[in-house]
Formats: sequence, C-alpha cells, structure tokens
Amino acid sequence: MTDEHRSVRTQSWGVGVAVGTYGLGFGALAVANGFSVAQAMTLSIFVFTGASQFALVGVVGAGGAAASGAAAALALGSRNAFYGLRLAPLLQVRGWRRLLAAQLTIDESTAVAISQPNQQLARTGFWTTGTAVFICWNIATVTGALAVDQISDPKVIGLDAAVGAAFLALLWPQLTTGTTRAVAAGAAALALVLTPLLPPGIPVLAAAAVALLIAWPEPRRAPQQPPERSLE
Amino acid sequence: MSELWWAIAAVAVGGYALKASGYFVPQRVLERPRVTRIALLTPVALLAALTAVQVFGAGQGLVLDARAAGLAFAVVALLLRAPFLVVVVGAAAVAALVRLIAG
Repeated sequence: MTDEHRSVRTQSWGVGVAVGTYGLGFGALAVANGFSVAQAMTLSIFVFTGASQFALVGVVGAGGAAASGAAAALALGSRNAFYGLRLAPLLQVRGWRRLLAAQLTIDESTAVAISQPNQQLARTGFWTTGTAVFICWNIATVTGALAVDQISDPKVIGLDAAVGAAFLALLWPQLTTGTTRAVAAGAAALALVLTPLLPPGIPVLAAAAVALLIAWPEPRRAPQQPPERSLE
Repeated sequence: MSELWWAIAAVAVGGYALKASGYFVPQRVLERPRVTRIALLTPVALLAALTAVQVFGAGQGLVLDARAAGLAFAVVALLLRAPFLVVVVGAAAVAALVRLIAG
C-alpha cells in the first residue's frame, strides 16, 4: 500500500466516524418518533442514506401518513442516482460488485471518490469511505436507538426540537447560492401555509413543487454549465 | 405487517433502485441540464419544508413553542460552524430548558 492510499484510507475513516455522529442522532430521533429499535436498524442497513431516513422518521413523527414519509424519503434519495452516474466511469464495476457499489453510493463516498487525483485513489476512496460510513452509521444507529428506548418521554429532553435542527443542519451546506436560498425560503413558507389545509406530510411534498418551478425553465444565457452538485 | 414496515420496505427497495439507476441508466438520460437542476434543488426544497413543519407544525395547526427556541439555537450554532451533534443536542437542550422554565 502506497502512502497515497494510506492517506486516502485515513481520510475515509475520518469521514466514517464523523458521519457516525449523525447516525447517533438518527437512531435517537427514530425511536423518539415512535419507530422501534428494529425499524431504525432496518432503515440504516437497507436504506442507508441519511437524509431519506430522517425524512421518513420526521414525517411519520409529525403525524403524517407512512406513505407521505416514504414519498419524501424517495424524493430525497433521487440525488444518489446522479452520484452513481458520476461514479460508474471511475469505478468500472461489473456483476455483484456493481450491486454492492450501488448500496454504498451516498453523499460521503461520492465526495471522497471524486476529489481524488486519479482513478486508483478514487476507487480506494469510494470503497473505504462507503465501508467505513456503513459500519459507523449502523453502530451509531443502534447505540442512539437503544439509549432513547430507555427514556419514557423524549419530549422532556427536547428531542422533538432536535428533528428540526437535524434537517436544518443537513440543509445548511446547500444554502450557498441565491437560488438555493430562495428555493429554501419559498418551500418552507409554502409548507407552512399548506399545513392547516392538507393532511400532515402532504405540505412537505407539495413544497417540492417550488424546486420544480425554479428548475424547469431553461436559463436565458445560452451556453451555461450545469450547476456543480454540492456533495458535502 | 404494519403500515410503517411497508413504508420502510418501500423506501429500502425504491432507494436502492435509485442508487443503482446511476450505474445502469444511459448517461444521456440523467445528464440533461433540466434534470440536473431539479436534482440539485429538490433536496433543498424538501429539507427546508421538513425543517419548517417539524418546528412550527402541530398536526394541522401551527404553533410557536419551545421548538422555535431550539431552532434559533441551531441557526446560531450553524453560523458558528458547530459540528452536527452540537447543533442537534444543543437544540434539544434549549427546548427542554425553555419547557422547564415555562413550566
């Protein structure tokens, strides 16, 4: 193993441990919102993409239908399709390794892979980060879930307020341009206006229309690069 | 199987299909600028709406309670570049404190 590979592996495990703290939050909030420990673990093993998991838990916890929560989770998970698109030429995986690579295709593994200077290091970065995050995320989920399972009323320690803070923390790194800030403000406002009018869960889905509305028209300036995706 | 388990199964299967589609779908389908823009902005809209409803929603009503104080803490913590766990645990602690004081 070269020094470069060793350094990529160190970086990957650093990312894994950092993401583990989110997993602790996820496990705790899932149980605080009425999910069982087994359900929280099933989500972390098989869904394994943070924002989607938080969305399902958040919508259901707020009284929304499970189907609305699932729809919001899948809409958030659609970005992983674009990660796979960027990773496919880098990883050149076939057969069962491609099926495994798909499951490990998340924000962090993509970010580490595409930031490497060559294909060999990109592969090391992808597989090590994916594995590290998977292990840390799942250990953290079960730890957080079991800890909160001991508490009779999560509201007493403010866990209901932590869900909103978690969503804001996931959103925060995206708020770097005027467009994303406008979409965020518009979507939040629309969701609140619709809350008294529609069943819980639906206003969140309806707010996604703001993104469609802004993203649909072709920009006037003809030769424009597609926006760079933020991976953090 | 309960409704919640069905939702979990749907998200697991659908979420995996989305992840895998990037490896199997022809590049040109996902590389249209409009598709890219929608993919960039949809998570922003959903996360913003989820934040708002989590903090100010109560069933089909809107309320201003201890959760708003938790969110205010989160905003300040994020502006100061605090790590995720500090933001989330701090917001919970602030909300709990407000409830304790307000009785």
